[in-house]
Amino acid sequence: MRVIWAMARVVILELIRRKDFYVLFTLAAVLTLLAGSVNIFNDRQIARYVVEINYLLVMISSLVIAVTTTARQIPNEFEQRTLLSLLAKPVSKGQVLAGKYLGAWVACGLCLVVFYVFMMLLTYTKQHGLGVPLLFQAAWLHWVMLGVVIGLALAGSLVFAAPSSNATICLVVVVGWLGVGRYLDKLAFGTAEPLQSVLLALYYLLPHLEFFDLRELLIHHWPPVKWGAVAIATLYGWFYMALLYALSCWLFQRKRMH
Amino acid sequence: MNAQGEKVIEVENLVVEYPARDGKGAPVRAVDGLNLSVQRGEVFGFLGPNGAGKTTTMQVLLGFLPPTSGSARLFGTDVHQPIARQRLGYLPEMTYYYKFLTAEELLLFYADLFQLPREVAVRRMDELLKLVELDHVRRRLIRTYSKGMQQRVGLAQALINDPDLLILDEPTSGLDPLGRMKVRDIIQRLKNAGKTVLFSSHELGEVELVCDRVAILHKGRLRAVGAVKDLLGQYQMNLEQVFLHLVGYAEKEEAACG
Repeated sequence: MRVIWAMARVVILELIRRKDFYVLFTLAAVLTLLAGSVNIFNDRQIARYVVEINYLLVMISSLVIAVTTTARQIPNEFEQRTLLSLLAKPVSKGQVLAGKYLGAWVACGLCLVVFYVFMMLLTYTKQHGLGVPLLFQAAWLHWVMLGVVIGLALAGSLVFAAPSSNATICLVVVVGWLGVGRYLDKLAFGTAEPLQSVLLALYYLLPHLEFFDLRELLIHHWPPVKWGAVAIATLYGWFYMALLYALSCWLFQRKRMH
Repeated sequence: MNAQGEKVIEVENLVVEYPARDGKGAPVRAVDGLNLSVQRGEVFGFLGPNGAGKTTTMQVLLGFLPPTSGSARLFGTDVHQPIARQRLGYLPEMTYYYKFLTAEELLLFYADLFQLPREVAVRRMDELLKLVELDHVRRRLIRTYSKGMQQRVGLAQALINDPDLLILDEPTSGLDPLGRMKVRDIIQRLKNAGKTVLFSSHELGEVELVCDRVAILHKGRLRAVGAVKDLLGQYQMNLEQVFLHLVGYAEKEEAACG
């Protein structure tokens, strides 16, 4: 565990010291704070709309940070030839991947903490309410969702040589899946075989990222979700994280080191 | 077997083949039935022209590359097991390390990978930074270091775990005469401390000064192995002449066989 955590710390340090991360982070923070200062006719509907836009901004920013941070981890190790020095130590490829995975996930978690603190302030000023339990549930499940996305990006980084290609494909898949994936079963029943079976297989096999998205509840001040449901969603997310980690290990074992 | 006679490196019938570049034709045999052993406390030189199979053999020993057939062991443990590298230090030919880390952070990171106790890691780091004369820049990012400084960081990371076996790939490549003398001095100190050193080099004059035994490879095959003084005595030439004689002789032999 110490080995894995050492590698995770390096991932977090890299993210903290990268300028592009600060640009994205600062942009998201400034836009959120600006939105928080806007007050149009004291209209609650507009206030709710502003909050909705900001949650969308947080979602997009977090996905971009998660995918871009992860997509370059292994390719950079190959490109900068730091991988050989790493694997010459008594560490296995599985530990390297686990460290990268954990590091990217924790780094995203730290970003989410800051984003959700901003959102907490924004919601308090705009909607004069602060549903802390629901906010915590939303942040937690958002983090679990990012864990699944990071797993996808990590596996993709072992298939696609260029981090940019991997990042683009991952983002398109994730955004597409968030938007369309939940309706695939309905779409399937309107099509003929074999497409119907393919769509249904995709619907049941791929992770349902919409399970982790509690934005609508936050925006409309709904009560918190049952904690049992949060626990099940967490286990569901961890299952896919484990699956994607295992896939990444399999791909890494087959990858030539030079 | 007493400690002095312990086999630190054992290579038996090692064969490494790469697929043909264009995917057609016979695979390329980079190492062809290599048998080699290195005893504890030896400084062992690994010589050969470019493409002889030295780097491939080292990559097998480091566990980066699986052999096509044959076996390789470090301290009696198969090289594929990460624990085989617990007592190993490796300095690659081209030193690439995480440029966003400082020398201090890099050494402590590698110490964590060896799971060294914290106080031991800090003490080793302090000693090594003084040894490689980087103590005054230990908190600067590695990206600000010159090539020579990066090479010295490389040497420090190779020694962080006080290894019993050091594998050096062209350790004096790119160094000025003073730098080369310092590396020779460090190798001599390691030898005096009972460590084993395996290094590849094209600087045959240095090999002749430092090594106890050498192996000369050509096109994946072992052409000669033995104590430096025995080889010099046998051929009545300096090491460079012995090398050229063996390599040239091998090429004539192959040309004659068609």
